[in-house]
Parts: sequence; C-alpha cells; structure tokens
Amino acid sequence: MSWNAEAARFATSGNGRAIPRSAVPELSPGELLGAISEAARAGLRVASFFGMADPDPEAVGLVVVLADDRHARLHLGRTRVQGAAFESLTPACPQVHLFEREIAEQFGLRADGHPWFKPVRYHRSQRPGHQAFAGVDGQAPVIGVTDFYRVEGDEIHEVAVGPVHAGIIEPGHFRFQCHGENVFHLEISLGYQHRGVENAMLGGPGQRSIHHAETLAGDTSVGHATAYCQVVEALARFQVTPRAQVLRGIALELERLANHVGDLGALASDVAFQPTAAYCGRLRGEFLNLTATLCGSRFGRGMIRPGGVGFDLDPGVVRDLLARLFEAERDTTNAVELLWNSPSVMARFEETGPLSSELAESLGLVGPAARACGLPRDVRHDHPSGIFRFAHLPVSTWSTGDVFARAYVRWLEVQRSIDFVREQLGSLPPGDVRSSLGALAPDQIAVALAEGWRGELCHAALTDGAGRFERYKIVDPSFHNWTGLALALRGQQISDFPLCNKSFNLSYCGHDL
Amino acid sequence: MIDLIRARLQQGYRTMAYPDGPPPALPERFRGRPTIDASKCPDGCARCAEACPTRAIDLSDGPRIDLGRCIFCTDCVNACPEAALAYSGDHRLAVRERADLLAAPDRELELAAALQGRLRQLFGRSLKLRQVSAGGCNACELDVNVLNTVGWDLSRFGIQFVASPRHADGLLITGAISQNMRLALRKTYDAVPEPKLVIAVGACAISGGPYLDHPEVANGVEGELPIDLYIPGCPPHPLTILDGLLRLLGRLAP
Repeated sequence: MSWNAEAARFATSGNGRAIPRSAVPELSPGELLGAISEAARAGLRVASFFGMADPDPEAVGLVVVLADDRHARLHLGRTRVQGAAFESLTPACPQVHLFEREIAEQFGLRADGHPWFKPVRYHRSQRPGHQAFAGVDGQAPVIGVTDFYRVEGDEIHEVAVGPVHAGIIEPGHFRFQCHGENVFHLEISLGYQHRGVENAMLGGPGQRSIHHAETLAGDTSVGHATAYCQVVEALARFQVTPRAQVLRGIALELERLANHVGDLGALASDVAFQPTAAYCGRLRGEFLNLTATLCGSRFGRGMIRPGGVGFDLDPGVVRDLLARLFEAERDTTNAVELLWNSPSVMARFEETGPLSSELAESLGLVGPAARACGLPRDVRHDHPSGIFRFAHLPVSTWSTGDVFARAYVRWLEVQRSIDFVREQLGSLPPGDVRSSLGALAPDQIAVALAEGWRGELCHAALTDGAGRFERYKIVDPSFHNWTGLALALRGQQISDFPLCNKSFNLSYCGHDL
Repeated sequence: MIDLIRARLQQGYRTMAYPDGPPPALPERFRGRPTIDASKCPDGCARCAEACPTRAIDLSDGPRIDLGRCIFCTDCVNACPEAALAYSGDHRLAVRERADLLAAPDRELELAAALQGRLRQLFGRSLKLRQVSAGGCNACELDVNVLNTVGWDLSRFGIQFVASPRHADGLLITGAISQNMRLALRKTYDAVPEPKLVIAVGACAISGGPYLDHPEVANGVEGELPIDLYIPGCPPHPLTILDGLLRLLGRLAP
C-alpha cells in the first residue's frame, strides 16, 4: 500500500501557510501512527510530531507534520489518545524516536514498546496525574539520572563527561562505553539548558515571543526568528515586501557564513592545525560584523521582525558590505584551502565518525550532517519561501558521511552563500521593509520551516478561538541530529570525540528549549 | 610548508593594539548604553516601560533603565512617540555592584573599579577562569570565546580559560541558571579554591534575561552566588566583556 495523503486523511499544506484546524481530520491513534509509518516508507520525513493539551484531562492530542520534499508539500495529521499510553511507532519508524519521548515527557503519555524510553529534558509533565518518568513526590526526575546503556566486561571502562565541559561551551552529558580507545557506544543526555520556552509562548504572540524566537538557539537568531515570523505572518494572512524578503535571505546566509567559517576553524583547532584555526577564528568575526553592520547586533538580533525586517540598507552601506565581503571571501578561501592541502588534517578528517546515508535517512537527520551523507535535503530547495523561491542556491552534498564530508559541505555552502549574498546585495528591490500585522486568524494551524545553518528548523502553531497560540511547537535541527552524533562515535577512537562533536556542532539549548 | 608561510603573510598580524591603542571601531548601528532624554517625555507617557519585554524601564524616579535586565533590543526605541530613547555607541557597561546598573541614564556609570589588595596581587597579572554555561542561548559564550581569537588575544593579559574549576581563580557564568544546572553550578563553584571571583556575563546571568520569571530558571546568578563583576548585554559585545575584565584587573585607565 503506497502513501497517499488524501487516502490517509491528512491535510495538505505548505511552508509558511496556515490552514483551519478543522481541515485536519481527527484520526484514530492507530490510523495516524500507521499513516506515519507508510509515509516514512514512501520517503516522507517527520518534520514535527507533538502533543497538545486536550479539553478532556484524560486525553492528549497528537499532531504530526510530514514533509514531502519532492513536492514541496507538508501534510498535517492529528489524533487524540485516551489514558496513559500509546503504542510506540519507533520500532517501525525510527525517526520519531525522540519525538515520542518528548510527547511522553511533556504530557505523561507513555510510548509503550519504545526501545529507548528515557527522559529528554527532565521536567514535569504538564498533564496532572500523569508522569511518564518518575521523580520523587511528583517532582521532575533528577537530571542526568537515567538508565544509561552499559556494556559489561572486565576490560570495559565508562567515561562520563559533563554537564560542565572543559571549554566555553553549553552543558550536556556524554557517557561513553569504551574498550581501550575504542568507543562501543556513546549516550548523550541533555536537558541542562531547559528554559521552558514553549510554555512561555502559550497565549502569545506576546511581548517576549520574538525575543524567545531569537534566543532559542543564540547562534541561530535569524533562522528561528524567520520561522517564527513566517508562522505569525501566515496566521495574519500577510506577505512581506520583496525588499524585506531579500534582506531576510541576506541575514540568514550571513548567519550561515559566520557559523560555517567558525566551524571550519574549530575543526582545524581540534586537529591542532593552528593556521586555519587562527585565521578562521578572526574571519568568523568579520562575517558577524557584516551582520552587525546590517542591524547593530552580531547575532542578527532585531533584524527579523513580524511584518518584515527591523533595519534597511542604503547604497553606501551596501557598497561597504560588498567590499568587506570581497575581502572576507579572499581571506577565508586562503585559510580554508590550507586544510584540504594538508595531509595531516585530511588523515584526521577522512573516515572519522562516518554515518551511512541509510542511517541518516532512517534517523531523519537534517542539514549539513545529512547532506554530508549524500542526502540532498535543504529547506531552501525543497520547501522554498521568501527570496529562496526566486534565487536558488545549489544544494551542497558529499557522500562519505565522515568528518571530512561534514567539513567540506560547509566549505561548499560558504562559497555558495557568499555568491548569494553578493548577488542579492547588488540587486535589492525598492520598497518598504516593514509593516504592522493585523490580528491572527483563529482556529488555525500554521507551519514554517527554515534552513538554519545546522539544518531544518520547524515552528508549528495552533491558534485558539481568539487567535492566540494554544500550542507552539519548536523543532531545532539539533533535535534530529544529536542521535546522529551518538551513532557516529561507534567504533571510533574516543580521542576523536571532540573532532566528531565539532563536525556536527549541535545546539544544546536548541534541543533543550 | 611554503604555502603555510605564504598564507600567514597574506593573513597578516591581527592582534589589536587596544588597550594600548583605540578600541576597534564598532558598527554605526551598535547598541551600546541606552540613553533617555527625559525632557522629551510627554506627561504621563509610559510607552517605553510598557513595551520593554523584561520590565527593565522604571519611570517612578525619572526614567531609569535597569541595564541588568535590558536585552538591548529595539522595542523601547520603536515604542517611543518622541524619539526620546536611543542607543549610544558607548560599549563600557561593566560594574561591580548590581545597584550600579540602575543608574539614571544621564549619569555616568560607576564603571567597575579594580580589585584591591591581595586579590589584585594574586589575579592582576594572571586570572584563570572556568566558564559555566547554565540556561542561556549560547550567544554570550560565543562572544566570550571570540576573546581567545587572534584579534583580541585575551591571553596577552594573563587571562585564560581553564578546563577545571580546580585550576581556576573564579567562574565566568552565562545563562539564567536553569533548574537543571543549579547543582552543577554549585558544585563547580565549591570546587574553585579560595579566594575566588564570580563574573556574571549577560542579561540572563544578571537577572534572567528573556527568561525572567520562568519557573524553569532561577533568574540568574543573583542570590545563588556572590558576584564580583557584572557585564550586561544580550549578548555583550566582546569589547564590552574585555573592557569589564580589564577594569577588574586594573589594566584600564578609569
């Protein structure tokens, strides 16, 4: 039986669109889960899968957003589950594994049969009387205390790292099962950065909503703010001006540039290749300063706003940006090419931390980590919105799925993003850049995807009868990809962990919300 | 090998002269210390205070902006009908006391005074810091990290980030202190030998930032640990952070 959205009774929508909630028929739990499984077999991806509070305290609503990359379509489905548990889909469809754990944690709805049923962020469920992970006296479970997978044997040793890490970096816990240098298994346990952002969005949009969007993952302010604004604009039936669309695209690509250049330097640093590490350390700052010239903030805060953008460019500033972009490109090329021409670097990068494309696909990986395994998935190409409907960046892929591939895909993207920014700066359409929005439509479901520099991020909002957020679900690309890092370490040398970690460079706070 | 030398010649020497020269130029739109021209305020107008997402503006005793709560966004500036609010280009924001962040906008800030006596002797030329990231967004961490790149070169001041609290003279803390990090932060602090310093960087660490009053966080370091230096911002520019650290060590003229 092949996947057919209509036959499965899923509503069809698209990136940056809002449809009535009533257009998404309610299925039985079995029907919904079966349909997701069919869709995954047909090559669709689960972009988001989440619970929501139901008027009946004994029930939980479930909503799924499936992405059909080939046809630039999103399919929305929903169900209601009564009681304490549902039957886990993970054994049949691994890419939902972390979504199911999250649903269990947030709503106290157990995923029976889930092969890896553990907490995600170590907080209490919001459904009174229902806790999937036991804490003491109804409290949340103690963070970092869970049933870590262990390998038994005289020669096995366990290495535990974090939450506080040696460098200037976010907290997380890594538990290695090692045999000498060889890693049998790495388990990653997060939740330390949990700030309760999804809860804070309820009842919004509020004064803090855009600021929460900008600080979900502080290095992806433009990416997350873009998706948030697209959700709000879809709900307000508002289209931003062409000039604002171009400026948003420029801001998004500058964010990608700063982070990719920084990562290439950090990868060099992790293999003790000082030249590229030193040069890229500085050059990342040059790209951040381009963003700061645009909007006053190196991280793009204040740039993306509902209704358009917060800052405009005049011809003098454009000329200055183009000149500095030219210099940054020349210096970055000079710095990065050293990597590929250095046998000692390539020996460390190649065949380290490999992931197969089959594994990447079954896990639902996104972004450069997925593209490095040969999966050509990129929201700018597959579900284009804004300027990306008119200006196409080639999708950058490599096939080996190792540290080298993840580094080289970044380099390809740097080159392509520079070309894009240069082209767009040189052809800004005239017009305004920001208008105020009207009220948000009631009883809608809106979804927006954006290709953040780590990969696809997904914001989904359901409004109530007054047009306020009844549920706001955020999926950072790291939510999909942390598992990829864990599996990439299997059979690797533990001393290559920092290098593999840096080759993914995932967000702890983006995962923890 | 020759390529490496050629590349180095092209990349050039980049460590800035500051503080022995002027600070690096900041972009025109840089949001430094916010200013309010109270003479422009219409009677009874409270638009800026109402617009502020972190309730950083207090109008009860002349308009004041709590720099520890300010996330340096543009909401107040955009809300003001008389253009009374504006951001200056002044990057100098670091102070020693929380109350100093509530200064009236037309007054000079009581910028951080240097450590004195024994602490100055111990740390003035060699300050080792352990960074703890606890419930923020990672932007502060990134702009702290930048200080280790060649342009800024923090190590030339004897300031270094170390891998263990046992090797450290103090903590540099970012984030609103999530409930999930409280124990780890406490253990890390306890593991630092005396005498020790605590530096709170960013709105989250000082007051909770955008997560103010979220039950999932503890509204910053205040009340958890004694704080020796406050560096406001969201995130503070690397220059603001460096300025704060150098003031603490007495390496900058007041």
